[in-house]
Amino acid sequence: MKASNSAAPEEKFDWTKVVIHLFLIVAVLLICFPLYYAFVLSTQTMEEVMVTPQKLWPSFHLLENYIKIWNRIHMGQLLFNSAVVALAVSLGKIAISILSAFAIVYFNFRGKQFFFWMIFVTLMLPVPVRIISTYQVISELGWVDTYMGLIIPLIASATATFLFRQFYLTIPDELVDAAKIDGSGPLRFLWSILLPNSGPSIAALFVVMFIYGWNQYLWPLMATNSDKMKVVVVGIASTIPTGTQPPEWNLVMAVAMMALIPPVLVVLFMQRWFMHGLLETEK
Amino acid sequence: MKKSIFKNPILPYLLVAPQLIVVTLFFFWPAFDSLRLAIFNVSPFGDRMIFVGLDNFINLLTSPEYYRSVYHSFIFSLGVTFSCISVAMLLAVLVNQKIRGLAFYRSAILWTFGMAPPISGIIWLFIFHPTYGILSYGLAQITAYEFNWLLKGWVALVLVIFAASYAHLGYNVAFFLAALQTIPNSVVEAARVDGAGGLRLFRSITFPLLSPVTFFLFIMNMVFSFFETFGIIHAVTQGGPGDTTTIMVYKAYVDGFVHLRMGLSAAQSVILMALVIFLTVLQFRYAEKKVFY
Repeated sequence: MKASNSAAPEEKFDWTKVVIHLFLIVAVLLICFPLYYAFVLSTQTMEEVMVTPQKLWPSFHLLENYIKIWNRIHMGQLLFNSAVVALAVSLGKIAISILSAFAIVYFNFRGKQFFFWMIFVTLMLPVPVRIISTYQVISELGWVDTYMGLIIPLIASATATFLFRQFYLTIPDELVDAAKIDGSGPLRFLWSILLPNSGPSIAALFVVMFIYGWNQYLWPLMATNSDKMKVVVVGIASTIPTGTQPPEWNLVMAVAMMALIPPVLVVLFMQRWFMHGLLETEK
Repeated sequence: MKKSIFKNPILPYLLVAPQLIVVTLFFFWPAFDSLRLAIFNVSPFGDRMIFVGLDNFINLLTSPEYYRSVYHSFIFSLGVTFSCISVAMLLAVLVNQKIRGLAFYRSAILWTFGMAPPISGIIWLFIFHPTYGILSYGLAQITAYEFNWLLKGWVALVLVIFAASYAHLGYNVAFFLAALQTIPNSVVEAARVDGAGGLRLFRSITFPLLSPVTFFLFIMNMVFSFFETFGIIHAVTQGGPGDTTTIMVYKAYVDGFVHLRMGLSAAQSVILMALVIFLTVLQFRYAEKKVFY
């Protein structure tokens, strides 16, 4: 992994490395250009945006644009809602999956295989195929337009349950025996032996699930109807009016930038954990 | 299976209860209910359900409109899957070489994992914008052909394929990179000693060893592009122009929530469910075999 210092000085000049660098630089420029372009647009006035081609360096209206749209669509509320949903969904998925995986690995009980199978099958039921009836369930429960309605239907996780199950199966039996001799019960064992050792898996799942929660679109669109409960990814679509009035693209891009920053930061800061955990989830 | 276990008659049930409650209420019941809804229609006044048997399915399977949405879905999904896998595999191999600046290159590519599909859609919408977009401007300098996605279906389809692939690229690169790092160095070194150079090494060592993850990603990308890209279509093209970007999930939504034909929409959900079950089963059957080494 740490290969950056392996270019030993005695090695002769390596042209393939130059080609690789050139390739990667072009790739990175192409990949980052849409983001940069959106950022530049978000700093321009509408007059500047409407000149084709636009200037490709930032203008001076960053603060002005961001403040204007922040106040207009209650950006603070949108970001707050997204953060609540993403955190509750990711932590909720992790918590209930740890509990189920713990039960499945460390206990023998009637129906165990069946319950495991039930959790497993949810892999085959993504939001769009159960949307109408899920909506009916939350409206029966009176959860339309509430955090409960936004969060709870998303927090089951076959992937996380699998991952923790796999991980627990690799924990040596001696640890359980030792815990038993010490007289600690199952919950004590879960709390003070298993959890402290699950750090990497939890961190990796957190990244994947946080992104999943933050980037939800269809479910929040259905499950909420007031502006107060909207999440930011849904909110951005409403900044593009469908009528004859041309959208204020600079402001749309400002919303896009603000909606992108939190999940992208989570990916960048937790990259190492996330890469590490992928190797596990794939099994 | 563990040999050493705890004994408790109630605790395990309490532990699995939260997940089972969620799964039953929000997964199994709705899935079952979709099956039920699919064989009923809501009466014109919306006050009762009329049993119609397989009428909704027959309606769908005899409607050219539905077949078009299936066709567009497959073009879209295969486009996204193919471009994600090929670009991501190339990038992952490159950022797995022993070169300087790896951390930078990796971050500069992987960040796209955090990109929400609808946001990617909106950015690409502007890049493709017929009057203001930089891509349209660039193309206009080269050719007189009008790449207007508001008028030309195939341009709109390319736009949504770009947007979806862009939002899913980081995910693909991350999995390929993770898989590449499990390839033992000794295998690569042995091949090098035997005189295998860059391309040869890729063709006979790396590519075959990546086949499990490539297959895994093929399925994941298909599932992603069928089910998670609703937001791109909804925020960007609304299925248009005409119905050229109306993918199956979007059509099910429009029929159910815009045209209020719940039965018809539920029947489409059932077909989609069959599709995702097929893809998942395929993945597990193949993954079990492990025939790649």
